[in-house]
Amino acid sequence: MTAQKNSLSVALFSVLFGLIIGAIIMLVFGYNPFSGYTALLSSAFGSMQDIGSVLTQMTPLILTALGFTVAQTAGFFNIGLSGQALAGWVGAVWYSLSFPDMPAYFMIPSALILGAGLGALAGAIPGWLRAQFGASEVIVTIMMNYILLFLGNDILQNTMSKNIKESAETTKQVGANASLQIKWLTDLTQGSSISAGIFISLIMIVVVWFIMKKTTLGFEIRAVGLNPDSARYAGISAKRSAIVAMAISGGLAGLAGTIEGLGNYLNFFTQNGSPAIGFDGMAVALLGGGSYLGVLGAAAILSVLKIGGLGMPMSSGVPFELVDIVTASIIFFVGASYLIKLMQARIKAMDEKAASTAEAKKIAKTKSVQDNSKKGGE
Amino acid sequence: MTESTPVIEMRHIVKKFGDFAANDDINLQVQQGEIHALLGENGAGKSTLMNILTGLLQPTSGQILINGKSVAVDSPSKSDALGIGMVHQHFMLIDAFTVTENIILGSEVTKGLSLDTKTAAKKIKQLSEQYGLQVDPYAKITDISVGQQQRVEILKTLYRGADILIFDEPTAVLTPQEIGELITILHNLAKEGKSIILITHKLDEIRAAADTVTVIRSGKSIETFPVAGVSSQELADLMVGREVSFKTVKQDVETGDTVLRIDNIEVQNSREVTAVKDFSLQVKAGEIVGIAGIDGNGQTELIQAITGLTKVQSGAVILQGKDITNKKPRQITEAGVGHIPEDRLRFGMEVDMTLSENLALQTYYKSPLSKGGVLQPTEIDQVANKLVKEFDVRSAGIQVTAGSMSGGNQQKAVIARELNRDNELIIAAQPTRGLDVGAVEYIHQRLIAQRDAGKAVLVVSFELDEILNLSDRIAVMNAGKIVGIVNAKDTNKQELGLLMTGMSLADARAALKKEVDA
Repeated sequence: MTAQKNSLSVALFSVLFGLIIGAIIMLVFGYNPFSGYTALLSSAFGSMQDIGSVLTQMTPLILTALGFTVAQTAGFFNIGLSGQALAGWVGAVWYSLSFPDMPAYFMIPSALILGAGLGALAGAIPGWLRAQFGASEVIVTIMMNYILLFLGNDILQNTMSKNIKESAETTKQVGANASLQIKWLTDLTQGSSISAGIFISLIMIVVVWFIMKKTTLGFEIRAVGLNPDSARYAGISAKRSAIVAMAISGGLAGLAGTIEGLGNYLNFFTQNGSPAIGFDGMAVALLGGGSYLGVLGAAAILSVLKIGGLGMPMSSGVPFELVDIVTASIIFFVGASYLIKLMQARIKAMDEKAASTAEAKKIAKTKSVQDNSKKGGE
Repeated sequence: MTESTPVIEMRHIVKKFGDFAANDDINLQVQQGEIHALLGENGAGKSTLMNILTGLLQPTSGQILINGKSVAVDSPSKSDALGIGMVHQHFMLIDAFTVTENIILGSEVTKGLSLDTKTAAKKIKQLSEQYGLQVDPYAKITDISVGQQQRVEILKTLYRGADILIFDEPTAVLTPQEIGELITILHNLAKEGKSIILITHKLDEIRAAADTVTVIRSGKSIETFPVAGVSSQELADLMVGREVSFKTVKQDVETGDTVLRIDNIEVQNSREVTAVKDFSLQVKAGEIVGIAGIDGNGQTELIQAITGLTKVQSGAVILQGKDITNKKPRQITEAGVGHIPEDRLRFGMEVDMTLSENLALQTYYKSPLSKGGVLQPTEIDQVANKLVKEFDVRSAGIQVTAGSMSGGNQQKAVIARELNRDNELIIAAQPTRGLDVGAVEYIHQRLIAQRDAGKAVLVVSFELDEILNLSDRIAVMNAGKIVGIVNAKDTNKQELGLLMTGMSLADARAALKKEVDA
């Protein structure tokens, strides 16, 4: 209870400090921070389309952040969310383009399952290597990001049939049978690329929360993450938990990638680097402080910054990169949460001290009166 | 008689955490050159009081006087400056550093840019001679014994000029011989004018070492009196607040069939060195078999091998006729083994999970605690509430984290969980380590009740009193082997002590007989 309150206040302080740092930098470089942040807010909330873009941005971040949190609960640091997302993205787009005539009610669920499954496989491999050989999942997932990045590009450029490609570097758009976009949502948000993916993300928050908090599987993952020795003593297989947790983590990232493919971009194109949703998802998870509801709030904040930042150069002249500085500062402060906690403790201690000296003075006074009367008696 | 000004005087100390008063008007006076024991149950408020004295906590109200002058100990460095030093129960030493490096850490003497370890080592040598704390200043911490490591901790405080030394449960980690040496050291320190506060709940040691004792119970200082002429029984009764029985009464029980049969097993430790060899033992229904031995003679590996946490290299472990050798921990648990592990914080509980979850740790996957893979919180809490009541586990509720509970209550929780499953075999490793007499008495009664109910109980303990008190039969372990098996009725501490050093039963009996004759 208090731990959650703590991480909430850490998150809020971090966001506040991040924005203050951004303001200072704007001042130093001769921009007006008020018009800068006003421009940011109006670009994020100015129209229904902007709001649609914020929600579109949030969709994969929620999923990758959930994935990161699950792995972290089991005691793993999954840096491979990008690669796992890519696996889902490439797989789902390739699959849906290959069966253009499959009806939507069959295509969409199967594509989602396939994408999530590929992500889960990409997550389970480092999990298995860790469980079986003690290989560091940090290093394995970093390397797998590269493997999956270039494998994805290679499949696009050299393996996919020409029929489903627009150019050497881009696939065709997925058909209506696979698209997650919904007409009324698109209309409501004036043509933003929002899709049903946002609902999937919201549902997954509940599903993941339920699995982790309410099922025996979640109990086992938590137990192993908190103390592998006592988990083993209680007959919980640490190996199984490692693989399962990493598979769930990767599966969520794969789902994020699938929704990017079938909901946001509607195609796959040559990637110059690992997709940002993986790393941004880690930031969201850190800002969310390990809480599943926190993930939703953190995804909203970072998405507002991202989408709002896009409009800043036009209306206030503040370069887009400022948003990266703010985001980085926020994450820095979350990482340095120790400092924030220390500050809070100091403030609290000062209050307490003031209170206790007042009380002590009062006690001392009554004591000395009592002592005096006692002495008088003797 | 005029009393000199006390070195430390703590007056009317109150420390509240929320509504809970950990210290509730405690008074303590320590004279110069005195060994002053602070006696109290787990959770009585001793640690809180000492944390206040060392500046880690601030009292809600109350006054601290050092040499008659009122001081505010508002930080650990202030406490250092006032000449207060603490020897912690868990040593704060860096294994890869030498004794000297550890001692000067934080107050390094430099010569230009380099450390001046030579001068420091000389000073340490001189200190160690003055107080009889033999230790090689250039030895690495990894290479010296636990007893010597403790001396390093003591030297650390002396090096920093401490005049008041606080010892927190100093004997918990020591062998009987090292305890004797420590008591000599304490007397030496007191003779040289140092004042010592000794936190402990071991009554024999208070009687052997301390001059004065202050009893603390439920956050209040109950009484302060000289130790001379006070019996352990009186101390225990004062500490717990009721009459405590040391000797648990055991009725004779007919033993039944063999429940556990260990046949010639060999087990390796984590460094792949043979730790248990040619080990055979049987435990029958309705009997308690104690395994005595000095720490590190294979007891840990033996228990881990029986419970599936370590591989058995050769030989067999048979439970009620069923081979459980190298089965998985859960299979062994389900076969009817309850295991109270040696290290409750590492193996026995998930300290960051709630008490309720910890009580369900072995059964969470079974109906009614979960259905179809979904946990049933109501049922889990119901079981927890029942166990908490039945086993008198005290905490601020079943939803607090296990780590926030006192050691005695943590252990009671582990025992509640392990005894609740109606197991045929109970393995209890160090079941009362670090616990006070009240909790010890309770746990012993519970284990004996298991035996009386016809269960087989295997107890491992480094404390001979515990072994003698609980066991029907005693197997003494040395270097991974059984040296001898004796009936508890026909043996005594001296004999067990000799066996623990590896002497054969015949030799031990002969040696003791000779002693009596002479």
